[in-house]
Amino acid sequence: MSSTPSAGTIIDIERVEKRFGQVAALKKGIDARIREGEFFSLLGPSGCGKTTLLRMIAGLDDPTVGEIRIDGKPMNGVPANHRPTNMVFQSYAIFPHLNVFENVSYGLRKQRLVKAEVERRVAEALAMVSLSGYEKRASHAMSGGQRQRIALARALVLRPRVLLLDEPLSALDKQLREQMQIELRHLQREVGITFVLVTHDQSEALTMSDRIAVMFEGNIAQLDSPEMLYRRPISKRVASFIGVMNFFPASVTGESAKGVEAEIAGLGPMTVPKQQVPKDVTGREVTAGVRPEMMTLLFDETETAEREVMAEIDDVVYYGDMSYYSLRLPGCEELTTVSMRNTAGRPILKEGGSVRVGWGQESVVLLS
Amino acid sequence: MSAVPAEGKPLLGGRFRFWLKSEEASGFKLLSPAFLYALVMLAAPLAMVVVISFWTQELIDFDRSFTLKNYEEAWTDPIYRVLMLRSLAISGIVTVTTVILAFPIAYFVSFHVKHHKPLWILLITIPFWTSYLLRVFLWKVILGYNGVLNSGLIELGLIEEPLTFILYNATTVVITLAHAWAPFAILPIFVSLEKIDRSLLEAAEDLGDGPIQRFFRVTLPLAMPGVIAASLIVFIPTVGDYVTPRLVGGNSGLMIANIIQLQFGQASNAPLGAALALSAMVIVAAISVLIVWSSRRFTKRQAR
Repeated sequence: MSSTPSAGTIIDIERVEKRFGQVAALKKGIDARIREGEFFSLLGPSGCGKTTLLRMIAGLDDPTVGEIRIDGKPMNGVPANHRPTNMVFQSYAIFPHLNVFENVSYGLRKQRLVKAEVERRVAEALAMVSLSGYEKRASHAMSGGQRQRIALARALVLRPRVLLLDEPLSALDKQLREQMQIELRHLQREVGITFVLVTHDQSEALTMSDRIAVMFEGNIAQLDSPEMLYRRPISKRVASFIGVMNFFPASVTGESAKGVEAEIAGLGPMTVPKQQVPKDVTGREVTAGVRPEMMTLLFDETETAEREVMAEIDDVVYYGDMSYYSLRLPGCEELTTVSMRNTAGRPILKEGGSVRVGWGQESVVLLS
Repeated sequence: MSAVPAEGKPLLGGRFRFWLKSEEASGFKLLSPAFLYALVMLAAPLAMVVVISFWTQELIDFDRSFTLKNYEEAWTDPIYRVLMLRSLAISGIVTVTTVILAFPIAYFVSFHVKHHKPLWILLITIPFWTSYLLRVFLWKVILGYNGVLNSGLIELGLIEEPLTFILYNATTVVITLAHAWAPFAILPIFVSLEKIDRSLLEAAEDLGDGPIQRFFRVTLPLAMPGVIAASLIVFIPTVGDYVTPRLVGGNSGLMIANIIQLQFGQASNAPLGAALALSAMVIVAAISVLIVWSSRRFTKRQAR
């Protein structure tokens, strides 16, 4: 309805739904605004509709209902070759019959540039992805990581308004993937183009994005900055999809100016500050969530915390830099995980013993 | 003592026994039935033809002294040259026509048929369920002086006299062969279209290509191995086809195979027939090699 794009919005997704025959990929009507120049991620498990949404932005599919606007212009019915977007495909889609130069310059043909200008821009794009000098190589002779860079260069050379990336790192091995995450982030800052990334890897989304839309079953569950998604997830599902979180059954007992009063199993009565309670948390029976690093083990008498309780150590997992303790809190059936950094002089406790566990108001969020 | 073989022998024998167990050897063993069959049924007769082509016919026997006379005649007599060139021309036109007509069919089945693709492919092969001879005869019925086509056009008032250019000449041969070989062209093109990663087409579109540019810049180059295979599959056998020109070609549609058959039959000059057959074989082989060589650009790059 409101067709005036807010300042800085580049992609406006409004009430978009998509059905393939009888199958609804996006059913509830998705609304989202992607800001100019940001690194935006669509994060979710496979089948959540994130790729479908990306393909609709690219123009490879059209929404069944709703509208997508880019730069305020309605894009329904505009084919991919007339949109100011370019895409890096999951399979990279490098043309096997063309060499590296011909692949990267593929889209430049349309712009009717002189030969020298085409060569200059291709060289520039290849330099950007650290592939200078590979122009004459056959594309099928390139490795996975190199093909991915070719695909990036091929899209960036056209200077699109928006670059779309469909799981671009999923085919790479772990080390290369982590390196490319950082490189992609730097590249995005350097060129200043809006990036929209689709991924199922939460750590990838967290490390690279300015904002992340978490999607489940064809719907955006939460759209926030990585920090807010991690620290203030609005539902159990988002909380457990991004990182690890301990859940405790809780019942709301009242509300004050300071926050929501709740009786939390294992943690006791607490006042949870307002900003740690999402709007849609209503009713008496709710869930309290605490990240493993938001609790701490109090190793000796001198250490104190806002709140504390004695717990039994059920299991200890040693990771080198970190130790993960599985604790049995009184009045709580489920085990609670607490992570501790193994700093100098800090002991690693054995299972079977007991230890004081501490936390504060800041540690706890309420979830729907 | 007797168990110890002479020096040097155990090594060789051991090696051979070892080789017998190797993968290479089992490969040869698996090949041998087909290889034997090809040797007896293909290589041996071909060798016979080669030998005969250097002999001279003497009534019902051969003069077995070596001579190049047959080749001399085959390559200098204008009648053979005309027939050879005509065969190549007809085959060339048949090949181009067949491939151009087959491509859209293969394209349609590959890109636009969503369900039951194997069924469509099966339907394409239906003409093959009947004999080649019958199909050629059917074209006679369709194209003949009082055939389906002519009487239909006369009934419609489009023509007054039956069309004569469609029967008993080279055109008829082209029409008949192009139809007969269509499935052989459709299948390889279909296979190569099926192998094209669909995301390449999306990438081309995303990079700014409209449907037509995309076809010529991505689809067609990637389908070239199929197109070349189709061309060879149609071209090689049609040059030597003898049934179709005999039945529907008239005099102006006769091809090289007809004259070869004549030499082995009525003319009773097997050595000349053999020389003609081998000459035709060499020419077809040379042209095929040329086609493959000139298209290696398309086939080589895709070896992933």
